[in-house]
Amino acid sequence: MAKRDDEIKQIPGEESGNGLSRRSFLKIGGLAAAVPVVTGPKIIQVGGEQVEVHGPHAAPITLMVNGKRQTLNVEPRVTLLDALREDLDVTGPKRVCDRGECGACTVLIDGKAVYSCSTLAIDAQGKEIVTIEGLMAGATQLSPVQEAYVQHDASQCGFCTSGFVTATTAFLRDHPNPTHEEMVRNLGGNFCRCGTYGGIREVVQAHAGGKRAATEAAGAVAVKGGF
Amino acid sequence: MADKYAWPAENERAYIGKRISRVDGPFKVSGRAKYTYDYNPKGLLYGAVLRSPYPKARIVSIDTSAAEKMPGVKSVHIVQKDPTGKPVTIQFAGDDVVAVAAQTEDQAEDALRAIKIQWEVLPHFVQDEKEPSGPLQGPTVMSQDDLVGALSNQMPQGQLIQQLKTNGVSFKVDDEFIKQMKQFNIPQPIIDAVQQAPYHPEAQNQPQSPYKEVRNETKGDPDSGFKSADVTHEGLYGSTVITHCCMEAHGVVAEWPDPDHLLVHISTQSVSSMPGQIAGGLKAQGVNIDAANIRVEQQNVGGGFGSKFSADRWGVYVPMLSKKAGGAPVKVMLERDAELEVAGARPSHYARVKIAATRDGKITAWDANGWGTGGPGGGAAPPLPYVFDVPNQRNRYISVSTNTGPSRAWRAPQHPQAAVITMGALEDLAAKLNMNPVEFFRKNIEYVTEARRQIYLDELDIADKMMNFSSRWHPRGQGGSGMMRQGLGLSIHTWGGRGHNSNCDFTIHPDGSVDIKMGTQDLGTGTRTAILIVAADTLGIPMEQINLHIGDSSYPTSGGSGGSTTIGGVSSSTRRGAVDARDALFAKVAPALGSTPDKLVARNGKIFVEGDESKALTWKQACAKIGPMPITVQGKNPGPENLTNSGVGGVQMADVSVDTETGIVKVNKMVAVQDCGLVIDLKTAESQVLGALVMGVSYALFEEKIYDPSTGVMLNDNMEFYRLAGLGDIPEMQVHMMTGKGYDERGVIGLAEPPTVSPGAAISNAVANAIGVRVPYLPITPDRVLQALESEEKGARA
Ligand code: FES
Ligand code: FES
Repeated sequence: MAKRDDEIKQIPGEESGNGLSRRSFLKIGGLAAAVPVVTGPKIIQVGGEQVEVHGPHAAPITLMVNGKRQTLNVEPRVTLLDALREDLDVTGPKRVCDRGECGACTVLIDGKAVYSCSTLAIDAQGKEIVTIEGLMAGATQLSPVQEAYVQHDASQCGFCTSGFVTATTAFLRDHPNPTHEEMVRNLGGNFCRCGTYGGIREVVQAHAGGKRAATEAAGAVAVKGGF
Repeated sequence: MADKYAWPAENERAYIGKRISRVDGPFKVSGRAKYTYDYNPKGLLYGAVLRSPYPKARIVSIDTSAAEKMPGVKSVHIVQKDPTGKPVTIQFAGDDVVAVAAQTEDQAEDALRAIKIQWEVLPHFVQDEKEPSGPLQGPTVMSQDDLVGALSNQMPQGQLIQQLKTNGVSFKVDDEFIKQMKQFNIPQPIIDAVQQAPYHPEAQNQPQSPYKEVRNETKGDPDSGFKSADVTHEGLYGSTVITHCCMEAHGVVAEWPDPDHLLVHISTQSVSSMPGQIAGGLKAQGVNIDAANIRVEQQNVGGGFGSKFSADRWGVYVPMLSKKAGGAPVKVMLERDAELEVAGARPSHYARVKIAATRDGKITAWDANGWGTGGPGGGAAPPLPYVFDVPNQRNRYISVSTNTGPSRAWRAPQHPQAAVITMGALEDLAAKLNMNPVEFFRKNIEYVTEARRQIYLDELDIADKMMNFSSRWHPRGQGGSGMMRQGLGLSIHTWGGRGHNSNCDFTIHPDGSVDIKMGTQDLGTGTRTAILIVAADTLGIPMEQINLHIGDSSYPTSGGSGGSTTIGGVSSSTRRGAVDARDALFAKVAPALGSTPDKLVARNGKIFVEGDESKALTWKQACAKIGPMPITVQGKNPGPENLTNSGVGGVQMADVSVDTETGIVKVNKMVAVQDCGLVIDLKTAESQVLGALVMGVSYALFEEKIYDPSTGVMLNDNMEFYRLAGLGDIPEMQVHMMTGKGYDERGVIGLAEPPTVSPGAAISNAVANAIGVRVPYLPITPDRVLQALESEEKGARA
């Protein structure tokens, strides 16, 4: 849903249903547009209180993605997933169901694994967003969890993998000695069509009991070239 | 030179047959692998598609004028344009009707709401589970509607012409009609066939029936076969329609860099065939472009499973949208509901089977009355009886046409369904004889093709040990006395899997670098890894030293990835290319080593004289002797010497627990024993089998495309209610690959399909063994289990 058209004059000027006319929206939008350096939402006075106004048009927001501040123009209805994928070209998180049923879009927000398709981009402001791209141990060095996914061949077509690796990273950080039940509860919201669960289970088991046997050789596999 | 290309002997392989991690693994686990869905070129326009809300309806008119004026809208394309000017009849809900491209996805969706369509809703039929009753369809004489439907549904030209020739038409073909067909660029052979079709006006009043007999065959003497038997069993078996549910939806990004060239990114299983398919589709839209001017690219694909061979409607209307928008890139990826409704379906197959045996367990006769649907076009009969070609058989099959999404090949087309029916009937009969099914299968092994008899016997033995099947097996209904019952089940399967046509350019550069170009694709099956393994073992250098380029239609053509044909195809073409390139290199370096090319060996990063490793050059030194021009050869399959083969077996066993109060089935353990000739990469091979077991648990217990009979729409077109198996549903899984003597020398055989065949049948049999009664249809949902238990109780009381 990227490349939103913030040409306000294209919005037809009929009345909107909530008592506020399109014309008023246009004004608010026009203000935001007239001040291009504004990086947060417009604040207006309503009944003596200061209220943030978002939309309905695209407005600038700032997101902290993989340690980088990024400013982008989005409508308030834009999901974090679409903002990442289409406005910022961060395409690791995948859009599969787009409604919180599959886990392919999982990202970390302030360390917590969430479905980015069910989070609004504007709500992710001021928070630390980490995607699969930000989980690398170095520019070309895989993290231990990523490494374990390779070693246990827990990825086939790979379309669910970004979400799974991200969810596994958060899960193993919070559960250094994971039990089977904990794994099912924490990773049960991610689905894989190729059937890589056997490998994923091994990734988690390799961590159980504090053993990191499978990931000892961390760093041995580097990302090079390009697929 | 004899056996110049033959696969290297075990002691000469550094990689082949070992456990090698997939080479693109690091890209996938770091989110860097790019898919069609991820391709975001500059100036991208977003497409949205208006889909039919009705399962069957005639489109009387379409008005897109308001949509065209909506903000951000750059082009509108009517997909269901009837080639003769008559209204198009939609055959299933969700079919693409109008496509729009706009600057944002939301604008495109807003525009869809402004499109006005006048529908004439027609009666639909979506019922496939019920045994067919009522009249059968006669030969299909085509009405004008049928013809329009066939043309707009892209019925293969040959099939359409054949049908017109044999069955004729029920309407008068006049000059006006021919003129219209010409205006719409209908291919001349079809116009000729319409003109020459026999005219049957009486067929206008023919009764319409969804049922059509597509098989009716008798072999031997079934009646006397049943008479001579001691035990006869009759039962009902089947599997409902399921969908592919690829995680990456079908979809396309198309752009015209100039009016004569088209660049297409498409999520596909068949890169090399796409330009031709797309050119053909565009021609029917009045756009002429040579296939040679269409370039198709795809680095990664998020699953296909048989559903992504065709360019599909979107492979044509997205380029049309782009053309109308001045060539700007346009992206359409199917939404999840559309993906489940229209872009993937495995046909249903049901059958009432009668089967008989002598007291000592020899099958004497088989009689199957089957039916099922593959969507509007009906469907083909499954291969029954499966694997066991028992004597004295009668097979009848009725194809049911329904207004549901058309079927596509689904991993091992028809086989899983055939296994559920056949292995179910066999297991039920064994139960009647109170016989362990392993013993029963062995008793009847002579009905299995001779070529694989021993393979099955060996695999049965190994699986039996891995599962402790025979030592733990109990007769039906003795799986415990509480509410939890445990049971064991078994199934066997087969598949072809010979390598497809494949070509590659194989180049060794003077600086020692190597590159391979091949128009294949890696579906997550490990194709890249296999190609590099074969190349590296042939040249005697590390895999990392070789650059591989795939996923581009400008590379030498390689077959579509389906039917387990890829591994045999790409490994054979790579081997031949690598051997020829290496031999060309040998010819260049032989003088420097004071030897002749036929005496040289390439191993461990060196080229040396056989038997005297002191006479050696490093790979780099050797390549420096190439001269200024690199060595480039073409590797082909098929080619000299047979490197690939066909025909595998495979045995699977399942251990389940069934909660008889709730009807919930839990698979405890699955065992798979599989042969596939020479294994290139043991690690990815095992992953394929493990993945197939998971997919099998999923379709055995959860998956079903549910249609509402009254509205004719799919009710569970999302991933909450079209539920795939998750981590918590997966049993302990053990895989054993048959390798070594007797297997390696067969050559390379494909592996993706065979292990997908048996899980459903094995699980169904285990459930029957646990609860003492057959749950007839897959998926074995709690309600079906409870229903089966209830009908059993009723039967016992009566
Ligand atoms: S895409 Fe977000 S959960 Fe499926
Ligand atoms: S690896 Fe293909 S969906 Fe999980």
